[in-house]
Amino acid sequence: MRHSTRISVGPVRFRVGSDWREPVAALERLYASYPQDDARPADATVRLFAARPWRRWLRPSVHIGGDFVVPDALPLPLAMGLLAAEMGMNLQVALGWRRHMLLHASAVARDGRAVIMSGESGSGKSTLAALLGEGDWRLMGDEFTLIEPASGDALAFPRAVSLKNEAIAEMAGRVDAARLGPLLAGTPKGDIRHLIPRPEAVAAMHEPARPALLLFPRFGGEVAIEPMGEGEAFVRLTEASTNYIALGEPGFAALTRLVRETPAFGISYPDSAAGMALVEQLWAEAAQ
Amino acid sequence: MGEKSYRAAPADTLRIEALGELTAIFDRRSMQTHLVVAPMPEILAAMDEGIHTAATIAGRLATDFELEAEGEAVPVIIERLAELAAMGLVAEA
Repeated sequence: MRHSTRISVGPVRFRVGSDWREPVAALERLYASYPQDDARPADATVRLFAARPWRRWLRPSVHIGGDFVVPDALPLPLAMGLLAAEMGMNLQVALGWRRHMLLHASAVARDGRAVIMSGESGSGKSTLAALLGEGDWRLMGDEFTLIEPASGDALAFPRAVSLKNEAIAEMAGRVDAARLGPLLAGTPKGDIRHLIPRPEAVAAMHEPARPALLLFPRFGGEVAIEPMGEGEAFVRLTEASTNYIALGEPGFAALTRLVRETPAFGISYPDSAAGMALVEQLWAEAAQ
Repeated sequence: MGEKSYRAAPADTLRIEALGELTAIFDRRSMQTHLVVAPMPEILAAMDEGIHTAATIAGRLATDFELEAEGEAVPVIIERLAELAAMGLVAEA
């Protein structure tokens, strides 16, 4: 790899190598304020490499490689190198991480207690977390939340937020342009633009938070709150976890504890403002 | 139809956690998680060491839960035991 950088996001340290300078330069800008720990070896390696050496010059395309090879990771045009790097980092964590239970969920925290929001792509969990993170919440992560099996604590994974489509305009109106990455238009996931989390969220990325609420958001439809039983929350979170099976009994124990100790709700909301209001309402009720 | 006999999983192989209406069972041998509803956990709880049939289990459940008409429970328990055996949570004896 001709160009490389190291990035620490929460407990994970990445090495990202690339045949091209642009994706590495873009990553270095997005992660410039993140704490560095140069003495620590990387936990995961992401490589963006030319499909064939000569293709670097003819028709550049980016392939993702690393400690794990995922056959259906699409080759992307060079302009999408930043997205490829993000996908590579996600894959490395999703497939390779064993120290914590990994939930495909966003999370925000206040006073050392966390709201964990799990949902499919399009559920609005990422946008909701990003918007709350601009208020008086600490953004823990827009995509992954880690659960420490021994303590049951939630750990942050505050990578640069991946804003998609409508969320880009919604956020761009609220934040300093210096916190936004380049617009990646027309990717396989639509338009994408990265948002650098607030400095407080980055500075606090190693501070655990106690899970206080489990939410399963659904964007669209009337405002609704449905209390969810422990069993259903358990099933949904096994589906939302990328490494539940690999963790074995510690994962089973962590998940049963999480759903027993944390009130869970399905929420529906027609727009972000209503979603944020629901989170605040349930938070206030949970605190009583 | 001849009634089958079953044996419970060896002690310490199953970790059983009630989660409201669902019960999650972790099998340490297969590392698999099974999700079951009543009367599966009750059947497993009624099986101590030794050989059991649907009739002996129905008798125990009748005592524990003051079940009336325990004979009607037997066909249901026969089916559930076959399902538990398919999941590997009990074994045919």
